[in-house]
Amino acid sequence: MAMPILIAGMGFLFSERAGVVNIGAEGIMLFGALAGVVGALYLNSAWLGLLAAMLAGLLVAAIFALLTVSLHADQIVVGAGINILAAGLTTTVNRIVFGMNATPPAIPSFHVLPFPDALARISWLGEILSTIFSQNILVYLALFIAPLSQYFLFHTEIGLKIRAVGEYPKACDTVGIDVVRVRYGTILFSGLLGGAAGAYLSLGVLSFFMESMTAGRGFIALAAVVFGKYTPYGVLGAALLFGAGLSLESRLQALGTGIPYQFILMAPYILTILTLAGFVGRNKGPAASGIPYIKE
Amino acid sequence: MASVLLAFVVSGVIIHLCGLDVISAAKNMIEGSLGSKNAIAESLLKMGPLIFTGLAYALAARCGLVNIGAEGQLYIGGLTAALVGIYIPNLPAPLHQLFAVLAGFVGGGLWGFLSGWLKVRFGSSEVITTIMLNYVAQYLINYLVSGPLEEPPGTFPQSRPIVESSQLTRFLPGTRLHIGIFIALLCLVLFYFFLWKTTHGYETRVVGANPEAASYAGMKPSSSVLLCMFLAGGCAGLAGATDILGIQWRLMPNFSNGAGFDGIAVALLGHNTPLGIFFAAALFGIVRSGANLMQMLSKVPVSIVNILQALVVLFVAASNIVFLIARRRAIARAARRDSAPEEPNAPSEIP
Repeated sequence: MAMPILIAGMGFLFSERAGVVNIGAEGIMLFGALAGVVGALYLNSAWLGLLAAMLAGLLVAAIFALLTVSLHADQIVVGAGINILAAGLTTTVNRIVFGMNATPPAIPSFHVLPFPDALARISWLGEILSTIFSQNILVYLALFIAPLSQYFLFHTEIGLKIRAVGEYPKACDTVGIDVVRVRYGTILFSGLLGGAAGAYLSLGVLSFFMESMTAGRGFIALAAVVFGKYTPYGVLGAALLFGAGLSLESRLQALGTGIPYQFILMAPYILTILTLAGFVGRNKGPAASGIPYIKE
Repeated sequence: MASVLLAFVVSGVIIHLCGLDVISAAKNMIEGSLGSKNAIAESLLKMGPLIFTGLAYALAARCGLVNIGAEGQLYIGGLTAALVGIYIPNLPAPLHQLFAVLAGFVGGGLWGFLSGWLKVRFGSSEVITTIMLNYVAQYLINYLVSGPLEEPPGTFPQSRPIVESSQLTRFLPGTRLHIGIFIALLCLVLFYFFLWKTTHGYETRVVGANPEAASYAGMKPSSSVLLCMFLAGGCAGLAGATDILGIQWRLMPNFSNGAGFDGIAVALLGHNTPLGIFFAAALFGIVRSGANLMQMLSKVPVSIVNILQALVVLFVAASNIVFLIARRRAIARAARRDSAPEEPNAPSEIP
């Protein structure tokens, strides 16, 4: 449960750091989820499906970048537009590819999808290790992604440029950093990861596409970036926490403990609001967040 | 205008690429939205909430705020209206309707006010808080209708029906058209009156255009923010309230169908002006109500409407900029022309 939030969150962390607020995260994940299933179906491989999903995410992110960075359009408006587009286009394509049924398409063709050895190995390991330990694979993977991002963002020149562009693009431009290129780069990167996160939902968790199946996970990923205070380890922690909440929710529902599961679903959002309000320590996003950079 | 045409053309191409008949789709869409008394009534029914949520976005935008929270404000407005509709019995119908609608306004307004307060008090970005509050509202409704407000014996997650006296009057026999559309039109007029004929409205526009200048002029940007977020939330709340009181007659989970997000497209296309919002809401209302017949007869999925709407948003977002650049160039040209006669050879300096 934490995985898609972590993958997407880590991607959008980079674009946020460069001063780009992309609320189209939800739409990018949705596109990725559909492209993953369609790609896996036609190319007969889950790995190629994942690749298709990442390319779809990249393409949508490119549109976002073109409109917001090159044409200085409002990031929020374009992000909202992408979400609406994703809802419409994925539903339409889904119905055309898999028939006009209102119910999720019949599963058979998806069950026989050849899953790659690596995924099988994960589930085999998962069988060996107990249910508790099977979660740890995700944690290990996550622990691997987070330090990598941390190193990249805080110990390389590109990372420094990204952070600088998010704080004061004008100064960056003056010293010769190409603001447009940095923003394009981070947005495209976030698209790749966002698409992959979508594919994780449709190929890894469910193995079929369902209309609006991301169900707000894109927004949770953005929330994880804010709650994680714009740092890789913060995003990791937030994703694990929110993911734990999501899996706790399904267990609580099954157990019937009397705790309304809706409140657990609400928790990530409320926590994020509290963080923003400064109840959980100081939290300040990049200074140039959401502001288009217009070269004078 | 060009954006809308372009969006229609692209949507037509998509329909064509899907191997479906574009002409029949268009015909059925018009037939389904304007072809009969009932069709027109349904179009007007779809138009009402779009006006409300369009206003919710536009009002905040006029104050320099981004209100992505119409969806959540709509849910809370529906909730408070339903509470008045369910639990206050024995009122004369007009009074009961009025109270329920007002409750919807106040409920949605407070939900919007919360984001405004978080911004003013803690500097929290209203973009994020309104998005987050959307989900909080949605899960709150889900909880209430399957918990405390659930209709016994609890077979379906829904509330008891509202009392008949609180149901909004339906005035066109044989259709579901109710007085909510008049409330929406009234709000459009009030929106105009507030922004361009009152002091608070004037201050709102100044704060939206330049908060620092507003401060220097002795205005309080923070009170404008609070007021606007309350009013904007209230408008979105009315969308939920009129839907519950006029059509649904009870509270159900996920009753909104994304009308809150449609408001962004409406306000954007309408350039945050009353007339613009009116026409944009009419356009999307027609498209939405015609889409059902189109799906039935031409096999074009209803979701094409979302694509159309998204394309409008993206094209408008891009075209505003094209327009701005064109204007800046025109100004620069004019400046060059003005300075030319005096110093023909001087290099023109344009900021």
